[in-house]
Amino acid sequence: MAALWRRRLLGVSGLCRTVRALSGKNEYDLLIIGGGSGGLACAKEAAQFGRQVAVLDYVEPSPQGTKWGLGGTCVNVGCIPKKLMHQAALLGSALKDAQHYGWNIAQPVHHTWSVMAQAVQNYVKSLNWGHRVQLQDKKVKYFNMKGSFSDLHTVRGLTKAGKETIVTAENIVIATGGRPKYPMHIAGALEYGITSDDLFWLKESPGKTLVVGASYVSLECAGFLTGIGLDTTVMMRSIPLRGFDQQMASLVTEHMESYGTKFLKRCFPTKVEKLESNRLKVTWKNTDLGTEETDSFDTVMWAVGRAPDTETLNLEAVGVKTNSETGKIIVDASEATSVPHIYAVGDITEGRPELTPTAIAAGKLLAQRLFGQSSELMDYDNVPTTVFTPLEYGCVGLSEEAAVQCYGSDNIEVYHAYYKPLEFTVAERDATQCYVKMVCLREREQRILGLHFIGPNAGEVIQGFALGIKCGATYPQLMKTVGIHPTCAEEITKLHITKRSGLDATVTGC
Amino acid sequence: MCNLHNGEGAQNLQEGQCEVTAETSQPVGFVQEKQLGDHEKTLKAHKEGKPQKLLEMNGHTPVPHAYDYDLIVIGGGSGGLAAAKEAARYEKKVMVLDFVTPTPLGNSWGLGGTCVNVGCIPKKLMHQAALLGQALQDSRKYGWQFTEEVKHNWMTMTESVQNYIGSLNWGYRVALREKNVTYENAYGEFVGPHTVKATNKRGVEKLYTAERFLIATGERPRYLDIPGDKEYCISSDDLFSLPYCPGKTLVVGASYVALECAGFLAGLGLDVTVMVRSILLRGFDQDIANKIGEYMEEHGINFIREFVPIKVEQIEEGTPGRLRVTAKSTKGNQIIEGEYNTVLLAIGRDACTRKIGLDKVGVKINEKTGKIPVNDEEQTNVPYIYAVGDILQDKLELTPVAIQAGRLLVQRLYGGATSKCDYVNVPTTVFTPLEYGACGYSEEAAVEKFGEENIEVYHSNFWPLEWTVPSRDNNKCYAKIICNIQDNERVIGFHVLGPNAGEVTQGFAAAIKCGITKEQLDNTIGIHPVCAEIFTTLSVTKRSGENILQAGC
Repeated sequence: MAALWRRRLLGVSGLCRTVRALSGKNEYDLLIIGGGSGGLACAKEAAQFGRQVAVLDYVEPSPQGTKWGLGGTCVNVGCIPKKLMHQAALLGSALKDAQHYGWNIAQPVHHTWSVMAQAVQNYVKSLNWGHRVQLQDKKVKYFNMKGSFSDLHTVRGLTKAGKETIVTAENIVIATGGRPKYPMHIAGALEYGITSDDLFWLKESPGKTLVVGASYVSLECAGFLTGIGLDTTVMMRSIPLRGFDQQMASLVTEHMESYGTKFLKRCFPTKVEKLESNRLKVTWKNTDLGTEETDSFDTVMWAVGRAPDTETLNLEAVGVKTNSETGKIIVDASEATSVPHIYAVGDITEGRPELTPTAIAAGKLLAQRLFGQSSELMDYDNVPTTVFTPLEYGCVGLSEEAAVQCYGSDNIEVYHAYYKPLEFTVAERDATQCYVKMVCLREREQRILGLHFIGPNAGEVIQGFALGIKCGATYPQLMKTVGIHPTCAEEITKLHITKRSGLDATVTGC
Repeated sequence: MCNLHNGEGAQNLQEGQCEVTAETSQPVGFVQEKQLGDHEKTLKAHKEGKPQKLLEMNGHTPVPHAYDYDLIVIGGGSGGLAAAKEAARYEKKVMVLDFVTPTPLGNSWGLGGTCVNVGCIPKKLMHQAALLGQALQDSRKYGWQFTEEVKHNWMTMTESVQNYIGSLNWGYRVALREKNVTYENAYGEFVGPHTVKATNKRGVEKLYTAERFLIATGERPRYLDIPGDKEYCISSDDLFSLPYCPGKTLVVGASYVALECAGFLAGLGLDVTVMVRSILLRGFDQDIANKIGEYMEEHGINFIREFVPIKVEQIEEGTPGRLRVTAKSTKGNQIIEGEYNTVLLAIGRDACTRKIGLDKVGVKINEKTGKIPVNDEEQTNVPYIYAVGDILQDKLELTPVAIQAGRLLVQRLYGGATSKCDYVNVPTTVFTPLEYGACGYSEEAAVEKFGEENIEVYHSNFWPLEWTVPSRDNNKCYAKIICNIQDNERVIGFHVLGPNAGEVTQGFAAAIKCGITKEQLDNTIGIHPVCAEIFTTLSVTKRSGENILQAGC
């Protein structure tokens, strides 16, 4: 049965058979290029079905020479170290709060980057090791090699030392992810700048830092750097958090400003030079004033977007189509590329969310369809996510702008509230930006289209609601849900003020 | 499910409401009043069969207006205040009587009831203080450096907490005044039909009459009735404003109040012992309750199990003084003694229903528990007397439930609404050091109701990412869901043990309200890296006996 299924998938192209006939039996049922979240999940799932599976993973060192182990972006230079450093920053706030709560902490309080970095890096290394052990346990062959296609079923693996290995497989999954972009047109950018690929692996404090970009990576990094006490500036040319709800994005940056992060808005850098002091002199254009300005920093970090890692794959040799603008691989609903037995999952795929859990789910479902007689496709709708800025922002579903665009402003109802987390009261913390917004259809049922929450533990808050929204939750259903007192999440069950009413949305009292 | 939302012109109603006021959710009936306030619409409503309610809504009450008030609320806690404020929105004449009988040690507080003064609010803030103590330890591992020794100052914390509570008390008084609700700081008791006597602090008595009454007097902590308990022991009614650090503390009881207080006291660095008669957290999932106990024990809290105090003596006066507690085994005759600075009783709470003249008007109470049975519309056996909150028999003792019940009641009484308070699938959280959030059935209750063969329990341990760097408490956090096999694996129970359990549970409670199944849970994408995402990847059934220890990303 499984064989029949596979044949059906592969049989579309006569070419595949020819190649197989020429090269004899393929070594592996499945070869995965890229050992990140999506690739590893797919590999392990396929191995569960007793298949011969191999993973090729290779980390091309960053321009600054940083490299890391198995596990991909999330584990090494993404979610994991970012959330841990965010936690370090939150603990800095906790130290301040603690004094209001009766803890006597003698000043001064210092933060030592190297202690944090060492702890974070040790944990990441333990995860690298864990991933290798898991592959071994599941009998997945792991090659620490860079893969590139030589024909439809053959991939050439190259070790760091230049040793070549040829691997053949029936099915191939591309899961090589993305890497940070450098603004190559800016003099000194590549030479002197770092990216998020380097930041988490720095042994010493980055010192006074300029973060260029307005992506979530930029704001998250700038946020935790500020939180651990560094002089941090964000330079952004246009809007923050493009693609996210813009009212929420403004609240996030507004909070960061009050938190101490400096912003250079509507500015773009033109060059980076190294001074004799070893500091970096950055020159930028202020588009508002039309002026040229400069300042010196210890570190300049680019967070101007990420590009798919497809260049070395030699996709032309097999005809896998990419989007010429983004360079991302075009896939169908079953994650198949233009070549039927070659698939792609994760950040490398065109039009998909760049999130670990979606890559994992997509990879697993793909393996189940290939080897487990499943036909279930990945559902990319209503995927929740969280931005770990100092005040976290969690959301699921449509932004207000997107909802207006899809349904028209007359047909949506937006409920919203400013609230104060109980813990902020004693700590005398400002809660001006703690805000929750729910976008609903306006017709009778008032189905929820999007939910947006800014406040502590936003990810924890949003997850369950994401499930409800996926199941078609309506505003009245949410209102029937009894709150948990006293939590921040209960504010969502108490939303009753519409934006349309223009009433004050500040929550007072219990 | 609110009928009015489904009614014609719901949208306009919504807008109408918004023009008038910014207050509270679902003021549907009020809106309807605006909408239906002209003669033609009244006639229309008449034909629809709701003439009585409509007349009342418009103030044309058929009953002659012989009463001082439309509604008198006895008890100014969460439920009572919510109901009073809601009734005022319908332009009803409303009075709230609230009076705090001092504790045996003489402590009393302001308007707002248990939650605000001696419950949820101070407890969560002191729990937060304890969590910050843990944060201080963690922070060193995250690179923060400060002096080795960090001491906690009880008075700094307590004053901050009490200041905040003071601001809430004041806020309630202002809110009542703004809404033209008459507030009297006086003890209310029934003296005859439609009549209460209000006695203030100075003993001045006044009589008031009302068409309807709402009893919302709540509960107060129970005492042991042993020598020395009222003289020397404190309860949660005293703890949160104690003017000195309690020192070495014995907490008697295993209720959530007992475990929460023991938890934060220990978290502030005090030597804490919990004396338990039988099981922990009766009524909650016992698998989870035991995990909570284990965690507390591992974090330095002593447990004396199957003992009950029989005598408390003072060895030395002071703030705190020294007390000797004698306890007896529940299984034999073994007697033990211990010395503590403070003994906190948390053995349960009793409804404040026996001294409010209910016998004078014939309101039935459960003689054993003192609780008031009501129908599904919060009405007692005396039709014009209603009750909400902790005093209700077989209902939940939770602030948000009391608020919801109070509001919906008033909307039905004065707004022509028909929505009833739904006591099913109400989520809750226990703020023990390791927080516990729950919604729906406990495993025991599910087994009893559906039979073991008809339920599937999925579970997993997990390790919050934030705990990895300080390298603490691996595999202590736990997630469990209970599904009904006969009903498409619908999720009927949700349990989480871990940080921010309340924040995690709330959204899932909303989802359970929407009737989610295990399959839908599996199809939901996680948010990485948060604790809540564990619920989207639960694959091991309890039946299988497979390993549930955390294996990494």
